[in-house]
Amino acid sequence: MTEPRAALRPARRPRGRLWIALCLALGFTGAGQMPIFKRYYLADLPGMGWTADYLLLHTLHLALATVFLVWAGAALGAWLVRREALTALGGWRAAAVAALALTGLARALKNLPDVWLAPGVVMAVDWAHLALALAFGALGLAALVRGTGYVR
Amino acid sequence: MNRRSFLKTLALAGTLAVPGAGAARAETGGRVELATLLDLSRCVGCGECVAACRDANAAKFPEPERPFPKMYPARVRAEDWSARRDEDGRLTPYNWLTIQTAVVERDGRELEVHIPRRCMHCVNPPCANLCPWGAAYKRADGAVRINDAICLGGAKCRDVCPWGIPQRQTGVGLYLDLLPALAGNGVMYKCDRCHQRLDAGQQPACSEACPMQVQASGPREEMAARARKLAAETGGHLYGLEENGGTNTFYVSPVPFEELDRAVAQGPGRPHLRPVADVMARDEAFTAAVFGAPLAGLAAGLLTAARGLARSGRGAGEGGHD
Repeated sequence: MTEPRAALRPARRPRGRLWIALCLALGFTGAGQMPIFKRYYLADLPGMGWTADYLLLHTLHLALATVFLVWAGAALGAWLVRREALTALGGWRAAAVAALALTGLARALKNLPDVWLAPGVVMAVDWAHLALALAFGALGLAALVRGTGYVR
Repeated sequence: MNRRSFLKTLALAGTLAVPGAGAARAETGGRVELATLLDLSRCVGCGECVAACRDANAAKFPEPERPFPKMYPARVRAEDWSARRDEDGRLTPYNWLTIQTAVVERDGRELEVHIPRRCMHCVNPPCANLCPWGAAYKRADGAVRINDAICLGGAKCRDVCPWGIPQRQTGVGLYLDLLPALAGNGVMYKCDRCHQRLDAGQQPACSEACPMQVQASGPREEMAARARKLAAETGGHLYGLEENGGTNTFYVSPVPFEELDRAVAQGPGRPHLRPVADVMARDEAFTAAVFGAPLAGLAAGLLTAARGLARSGRGAGEGGHD
């Protein structure tokens, strides 16, 4: 199926580039939740020592997620008013954003001291969040290559 | 409504929104966290608890496969305790409970204080909160466990634990079936409060085996009240009640913990006794922002788009008169 080359081309507009930068930063801090930055010498690079600080990375991920959620919420609000038709790829990306937001919120909720979620649910949420992040990245890359925006 | 109440409200709404999550609020929604009180004035350091812990958990101890896979990069070292299974002077994958001894001076006399050390089973455990796989988790009864079938041995749990409790054994676990050269390094092990015994309605083995009745277990609020009462009656000092935002292990000691901390041997597998700030407190503050964010964004998006539509409608209307 050929996507229409929409007026909205995220990478070619300042706002689109900012969105990509935000998503990459979230991906970076998210990947840093795995113990790999120290193992693979990233934290040894000058000025990158902070990437070995799990707690700092986690807080940064939450701070970036706050911006991501404001942005996604605003996009949803605008879409509800304008009711523009989504491209097929845009629909999948929007669904990935929603699912990422839900799983991320569930994980943040679980980390509150007065909240307990069953271990199986926590594991499912963790793995789903990781899989969704990978899928969202792949969809974003596809959209970038094809020059396809979220809406027609 | 303060921040804590706000977060609790969010938590309630959120957990109800997760079908089948088995969600509950500690001590308010039917889930009761268990805690242990250790009266250090009673402990004689006999080691019965350590031996009982080993016996009760022997089936869970790692049996590593040899040779260990070569790991990359070269800085990644194997951690192998399988040839030193009898080591009990520190925490290891084969020794989940160790006794520290502090020799201090009291009223001109030498006094020995023995401190059984193991996982504190934090109320909001950073190990479980920050494990990227969900391998470390908290049970409904408050015991914090590591799922040895899922753990990849990255040791993040040890790094974020204020006491560095979990210990790694290389050559076991899921990482062997994935990318053993490039990711993972075994499995992390620590006290799981004898979960199999708790499930059978029994006490943890260390608690049951103690000839001096050093330990008492029960609902957290009850144990906390007993710990405070004991400290008040004996002029004792408390540790674990407030550390890291609250744990489920309370020590009452006749000697201040600052003194004990200075007197005990410390290092890997030998935890300190210093005050510990709440590791997750910063994230708790951010969680309110994270939950408010989509709503704030939605409102902003609706208003901005509606205003834009109205403006363009007005423009079109004015244009119509031209």
